[in-house]
Amino acid sequence: MTNPTVEIGWIKLALASALILVAIALSAWQRLGLAKSLAIGGIRAVIQLTLIGHVLVWVFDTNRWYCVLAVLLLMVLTATLAATPRLGGASAQPRLWPICFVSILIGSSLSLAYVGVVVVDVTPWYNPRYLIPLFGMILGNAMNGAALAAERLQSEIETGRALIEAYLALGASAQQASAAPAQRAIVAAMIPTINALAVVGLVSLPGTMTGQILAGSSPTLAVRYQLVVVFMIAAATALTAAGVVLWYRRTFFTSAAQLVPRVSV
Amino acid sequence: MPRSSEESIHGSPDAFVLENATQERAGRQVLAGVNIALPKGGFSALIGPSGAGKTSILRLLNRLDDPTSGVVRYLGQPIVNFPVRALRQQVGFVFQTPTMFPGTVASNLATVSMLAGKAMAAYPSSAEVLRLVELGADVQDRMAADLSGGEKQRVALARALIARPQVLLLDEPTAALDPEVAERLMHTLRRLRETTHLTIVMITHRLSEARVASTYTVMLEGGRVVEAGPSARIFSAPMYARTREFISAAQRAP
Repeated sequence: MTNPTVEIGWIKLALASALILVAIALSAWQRLGLAKSLAIGGIRAVIQLTLIGHVLVWVFDTNRWYCVLAVLLLMVLTATLAATPRLGGASAQPRLWPICFVSILIGSSLSLAYVGVVVVDVTPWYNPRYLIPLFGMILGNAMNGAALAAERLQSEIETGRALIEAYLALGASAQQASAAPAQRAIVAAMIPTINALAVVGLVSLPGTMTGQILAGSSPTLAVRYQLVVVFMIAAATALTAAGVVLWYRRTFFTSAAQLVPRVSV
Repeated sequence: MPRSSEESIHGSPDAFVLENATQERAGRQVLAGVNIALPKGGFSALIGPSGAGKTSILRLLNRLDDPTSGVVRYLGQPIVNFPVRALRQQVGFVFQTPTMFPGTVASNLATVSMLAGKAMAAYPSSAEVLRLVELGADVQDRMAADLSGGEKQRVALARALIARPQVLLLDEPTAALDPEVAERLMHTLRRLRETTHLTIVMITHRLSEARVASTYTVMLEGGRVVEAGPSARIFSAPMYARTREFISAAQRAP
């Protein structure tokens, strides 16, 4: 197929930026106080995406497995950094950090590996043209799953201390005493994914499909790729949320099945 | 080394012994070196003003907490030597504010055997336990969350009793009950202790309860023991002015 994608040059990009000016003007007119944030956000987006573009060109050109893995690992690190700062208060940060990092890493990598090896049969196995975009889409969702799961688990345990101790006092294990909070935390983390599954293609035309159609693929192939991505995201989110919940909840209990006292920040 | 409780100098060992137990919570010292011995088979009352450390002590006795320093002994052995879940099945705890499990009263009681991984048959029947706490068998099908405060407290007690504990720890069990029901509950507890050799440790603000029901009394203030001894002596001839003041003030209160 000949390349039907219209080239966007610098002038056209400048014209596109007029669109964010509309939002800025609206904010100034209605005194929403968002003008500065929008301006900074717009500039950040330009810089970040331009840099990433160059990095991707470099990774595609060098085409070495260790470069690809390094980029993937860096992406997980960034996702963890983005997911954890707002969670759990300063006292929870040191223990949440490794939990989110490892859970996101494992949940996302397993899903990516399955798709890369079994479904798409990527050659060579580290082909960055497939792995990096796929991983990016998984990570955004796994990151949100980790954040939602940790947040919900913490609040369920803090508000449910009396009930948890009532179970413990009757000889329950820490797992038994916190089964309901753990379940609710995993459900909370999965809800956005379940909602997205329900409306995919109806309300939202997701990224993979849009991109492939824009790039000239047939819509049926684009749809199949999108389905792969959707399933991959569901698996990664579930694995990540389960990892975060099962590990994070251990930190609320001592080895003698005692609920750790609430840490005042 | 605390003196053995005067009741148990001859014969059976103490149920619990605290040796220089301290407890810190959020940088604040709530127990400042507590030494007590609570008689096995006895009915011990922990009395004292709010913030004296009564609940902190009770929580050490089935290891809901461990002391910051010091030793807790159960039946002569360090309490940490017992597997904690088995210990808690032997040492029941009834909280000041009862928390119901989801579902009916019957499922609240069945949860206990489920947690222990034992068949329900190993336990007394629900109806039997409910009768002990003066609840009719008809409450079994009601949702626990819909019960009154007093009924919840008695379900919590039934939940603790159904595992046939050796020890019952009670944190103000009558606080949510009207005086008549409270009195009958105290009567039930005394009878239980006499017929089953249950050891009871109870926190109470109603000193009349401590005087009538308990055999041993520990007076606490500011995380320390003021004095401890057989209830008859503590209430008739306290050795310390502070105990005398506290008891007479409580008697003047309505």
